[in-house]
Amino acid sequence: MRDNRPNPHRLLRCGAFLLSLACPALAWAAGAPDAGTSWWVWPLALFLVCFVLGMIAVPAGIGGGVLFVPIVSGFFPFHLDFVRGAGLLVALAGALAAGPSLLRAGLADLRLALPLALMAAVGAVAGAVVGLAMPTQWVQSAMGVTILCIVALMWRSGKTEFPEVSRPDPLAAALRISGIFHDRALGRDVAWRVHRTPLAMLLFAGIGLLAGVFGLGAGWANVPVLNLVMGAPLRISAGTSGFVLSLVDSSAAWVYINNGALLAMIAAPSVIGMMLGAFIGARLLAVIRASAIRTLVITLLLLAGLRALAKGMGWWA
Amino acid sequence: MSETGRREGVVVAPEQLRYARVLDWGMKLGLAVLAAAFFAYAFGILPAQIPQADLPRLWGLPAAEYLRETGSSGGWSWLAMLGTGDALALAGLALLAGASVPCLFALLPVFAARRDWAYFSMALLLAGVLVFAASGLPGWHG
Repeated sequence: MRDNRPNPHRLLRCGAFLLSLACPALAWAAGAPDAGTSWWVWPLALFLVCFVLGMIAVPAGIGGGVLFVPIVSGFFPFHLDFVRGAGLLVALAGALAAGPSLLRAGLADLRLALPLALMAAVGAVAGAVVGLAMPTQWVQSAMGVTILCIVALMWRSGKTEFPEVSRPDPLAAALRISGIFHDRALGRDVAWRVHRTPLAMLLFAGIGLLAGVFGLGAGWANVPVLNLVMGAPLRISAGTSGFVLSLVDSSAAWVYINNGALLAMIAAPSVIGMMLGAFIGARLLAVIRASAIRTLVITLLLLAGLRALAKGMGWWA
Repeated sequence: MSETGRREGVVVAPEQLRYARVLDWGMKLGLAVLAAAFFAYAFGILPAQIPQADLPRLWGLPAAEYLRETGSSGGWSWLAMLGTGDALALAGLALLAGASVPCLFALLPVFAARRDWAYFSMALLLAGVLVFAASGLPGWHG
């Protein structure tokens, strides 16, 4: 019988091929920004880059915005306001594309997500207002520092596939936050529960604030808090993180939309590319080890963070 | 019809399946509108509010300056220009940004029927935060 499961390695090779198509366009446009470069070159390059980012983002448990904003603000000619607005939509699109299948598979948990998303959404609205009020250079520098901190966090944090939770905290018990999911890699059902819920809710308010200020999405922080602080299994953390993202980024995105910080020509090709990539990424989540993609994400973030910092400080405009 | 899903021994809560179904529709609708509108906009099938050739001059400006330069007022003003490709693409993006609101409202009857008032309140509050953000009230008008 023919095996219809996606081959992760073939899909990643396909993504690398698409990225290689985008590179000449970028190089061409970057080399001659004022020499009559056609307007469509940048949206086309954006589409290809975002397709690849979408494939990477979901299995890595991040929203895509954390990759999109520093990479695009560092290497494309768009103002940071539009990049942040598009970044939120990009992260949102990836989360929306993956959301239904993650919820149906039980890899995202509604009871776990809702209290955290509520706190984070409030933080995100406040963050978006603050972020749009701050001078661009400050935001760029602060974003560079934040991205480098994220790299350190991702590098240092020892994620646990199945953390030990001896007893749920009273709030988690009252809200009945627990569940069972089927781990296809292990071929068995895994029961899970969480602890330290009040602390996690507080942390999620802060994560939402940062997501709103920088337009970064929030998956980079969601997963460590869900996994390391609350003790949710890594797959539940990654799946629920994506679902929380869809709510948090919606809140912040509306502030950017209403303040004119969203250009269709930037956001639309980014979103379409990211969503198409995320459809594939959601299928990869069930069959690929999350750690396999970690090195690639850390390397990309390190380069993008250094670039953002250099740009913000005026070292490399 | 029972909405409870059972997959390889794992029971998925009915409200979760309901949320997934509404989200699936909202996401697909938003994506379809966005893709069609952007295609029409990029290939000149629909007129553009801002000509594409002007974009490289404008997309490097801060948002507030961009609004001044183009004479736009921000907020929901794009609704009045849905005949143009860029405004219609923005409508697709707005649909995506609003896709979670009907999902949250769809949860309310399930939680109410179960007398799960804690989650009923959380879903309602979350929908309220999204509607507040979409209203245009919170914002930087610099």
